[in-house]
Amino acid sequence: MNRVDEFLIEPERYEMFESGRYHFSVDRRQFFKQLGCGLVVLCVVMPTLAQESGGGRRRGGRSPQPPAEIEAWLHIGENSVVTVFTGKAEVGQNIRTSLTQAVAEELRVPANSVRLVMGDTQLTPFDMGTFGSQTTPQMASRLHKIAAAAREALLDLAADHFKTDRASLALSDGKISKSGAAEFVTIGELTKGQKLVKSVTHEGAATPATDWKIAGASLAKVDGRDFVTGKHKYSSDTSLPGMLHGRVLRPTTFQATLQTVETAKAEALPGVKVVRDGDFIGVAAPDVLAAEHAVEAIRAKWTFKPQPSNAELFDYLRKNASQAGGRGAGEATGSIEEGMKAASHKLQATYNIAYIAHAPLEPRAAVASWEGDKLTVWTGSQRPFGVRAELAKAFGIDEKNIRVIVPDTGAGYGGKHTGEAAIEAARLAKGAGKPVKLVWTREEEFTWAYFRPAGVIDINAGVRDDGTITAWECHNYNSGGSGIRSPYEIPNQKSEAHGSDSPLRQGSYRALASTANHFARESHMDDLAAMLKMNPLEFRLKNLKDSRLRAVLEAAAESIGWKTAKGGIGHGFGLAAGAEKGSHLATCVEILADKATGSVKVIRAVSAFDCGAIVNPNHLKNQVEGALVMGLGGALFEAIEFENGMITNPRLSDYRVPRFSDIPKIEVILIDRKDVASAGAGETPIIGIAPAIGNAIFNATNIRLRSMPMVPNGLQG
Amino acid sequence: MPKVSEVNVNGKDVPIDAEGERTLLSVLRDDLNLTGSKYGCGEGRCGACTVLLDGGPVHSCQVPVGSVGRRKILTIEGLSQDGQLHPLQQAFLDHDAFQCGYCTSGMILFGVALLRKRKSPSEAEIIRFMDGNICRCGTYQRIIAAIKDAAAKISGGAK
Repeated sequence: MNRVDEFLIEPERYEMFESGRYHFSVDRRQFFKQLGCGLVVLCVVMPTLAQESGGGRRRGGRSPQPPAEIEAWLHIGENSVVTVFTGKAEVGQNIRTSLTQAVAEELRVPANSVRLVMGDTQLTPFDMGTFGSQTTPQMASRLHKIAAAAREALLDLAADHFKTDRASLALSDGKISKSGAAEFVTIGELTKGQKLVKSVTHEGAATPATDWKIAGASLAKVDGRDFVTGKHKYSSDTSLPGMLHGRVLRPTTFQATLQTVETAKAEALPGVKVVRDGDFIGVAAPDVLAAEHAVEAIRAKWTFKPQPSNAELFDYLRKNASQAGGRGAGEATGSIEEGMKAASHKLQATYNIAYIAHAPLEPRAAVASWEGDKLTVWTGSQRPFGVRAELAKAFGIDEKNIRVIVPDTGAGYGGKHTGEAAIEAARLAKGAGKPVKLVWTREEEFTWAYFRPAGVIDINAGVRDDGTITAWECHNYNSGGSGIRSPYEIPNQKSEAHGSDSPLRQGSYRALASTANHFARESHMDDLAAMLKMNPLEFRLKNLKDSRLRAVLEAAAESIGWKTAKGGIGHGFGLAAGAEKGSHLATCVEILADKATGSVKVIRAVSAFDCGAIVNPNHLKNQVEGALVMGLGGALFEAIEFENGMITNPRLSDYRVPRFSDIPKIEVILIDRKDVASAGAGETPIIGIAPAIGNAIFNATNIRLRSMPMVPNGLQG
Repeated sequence: MPKVSEVNVNGKDVPIDAEGERTLLSVLRDDLNLTGSKYGCGEGRCGACTVLLDGGPVHSCQVPVGSVGRRKILTIEGLSQDGQLHPLQQAFLDHDAFQCGYCTSGMILFGVALLRKRKSPSEAEIIRFMDGNICRCGTYQRIIAAIKDAAAKISGGAK
């Protein structure tokens, strides 16, 4: 089993949004009335467990835990439809499908009889947010258990129904029958017009992965048809009667304050309402273009101050570094000094990591509607309850008067933890006295959202002639501590993450700092291997005990043909490995690099991945492929450029993201460990591609690139 | 640009009342509630807003509705016929060629336009033709497979 701490929410300081303590604001009686007859099963988490699993909140040191917390519930209707309520949000990682599989598995019902109500603060129980690869290890295992408990309750009811011993009953395909008999009763019929409520704790007996029939299989995206027909409504597709379209006047730079503003011209435009509240100025207008024109008609003067630019970024981060803090901070074993003394080869190097943008294809968007002092907001977010707390704070109203609904969202990648668009739309709607839709422009998304932190990483390491690593010291300035701890066996190790004064607003991103720390470490490992004239694979295996990491490394290397792979001038192979959040990854790539033209092309990539028992092989493959593609952008060319408080490349024509022509042939090898609890898989598969490419470039050209992105302007031979 | 009072969308003449300089994307989404076409970048660089105009793909965020005239607009909502998915829609389902799905309607319509030009496009042709469409979730390899699959099914069915 995985240790609890592997599943803790990464306590990066930029992810520490303290949301208000949860109070059950739903009128539960009212809610159950709406559900109609049937069986309701509540999953009650006992306080000790809630505390163990709530790393973020525990660190917040807030009020004592309530006696019990309800984390999910499900309802079985008289028509045998199973409705599951969870505060998690679907952002493309396909958890609507995987959680459906968990419930269908335990209840022995067809997957198409299960519906999920997700991310609706009025209908679903509190959830801290959909991040940190927690849905599968935590929510799925909870749903397994409550569905298993529901199954037991149904069997009890069926025993009464048939007036027989429970042991003689069989449940499959949503029907219960006496073994051998043709007569059956559907699970919906069992409640016989009653409303039954059952509470369960975590102790329910879930089906072991080795016996899974629905979980563990490649179920297609449950509502896939809605996406290929354009029927699915994202928050930006939501429409209300009388709704206006909003637009916000943005300052010319970051950290600007409003000096003067002239809005009369805008106010004179037909149907336009200008809303001003402190430094916030926005408009609500009958259509998107009218809103754009109205904002253009506003004359505002801003006071701004000089700010750092990306040319000086890395010096700035180092200069403003603070003492170590965050995960992995101050983690030390042995003595670096002794370890370096014992080394015959030493290598010190610095790696620089640029800010990058999530650039989800659906920008931040919200539709807000007030009825008196009650507010309803549809918005794309990974933290529906966090957004509710932000709205409560912004408008000084009670959370129970706010409903946040998160329709399945056009991606997040860690970039949609905050509720800017929701707050702005709500402010405009309040001022306009009508519902308002606000969809951020791509430029706003590239400017006023937050970025993956930039960072500077120093590594100092020593090895003996035989390839044993004797010392490893790593300092990360600003980008964070995730994945900083080396998985290799090193007697003398020190890894520290230092905060700094980030010139740009930064926040969570798929795999957090793990990408940066793996890039630095796995690049450094290759250089050490080169100093020793050892094969990079052999060098890693010599220093590696973790059997799961060895297995993925060997699988990926074999698949790319590592042993016989022969690069040459301009043709190289590279590999990298790492483990994060309970899952294990190795990535191997083959590249072509041309010093003359500067081009670098990844032609083949293999990722081997082990995240425990596989819930949905095809969707897992999709995640591993997608993470690799996304990681390729940050590895090769993605970088946010900024100057004096302005983003200078805030468009998709300036900020390059991976396209069809950038992708290699991708092969994914999945290792199914049915004996190990399933870990999340949305993040870790991104961490291997950058160092693998860097190592392949080194293999092909003898050039070691120590900055991410590596070739924003091509390979500079 | 004068006001526009009618467009032909998905085989029907539809009355509208829109300033001609408004984008086709905004009119489709906000006036006609055809929200399958998406805003992604506003500069024709991501393909999420793709619709077909007389069978050819356009970035509807770049097209003033006043310039459309009598040309026939096809959006994702009009692609399936009598509940029967277009082979490329089906192929997207079969290959799970999406994650968040936000790029999907643009990808499918661009792919449909490709399949109308080339019965069995090579991989290089698919990449070249589709390169203006972004899937930030990174499902490109699956989309290529879906297009190839649909091409095979369409030409198989035509025999």
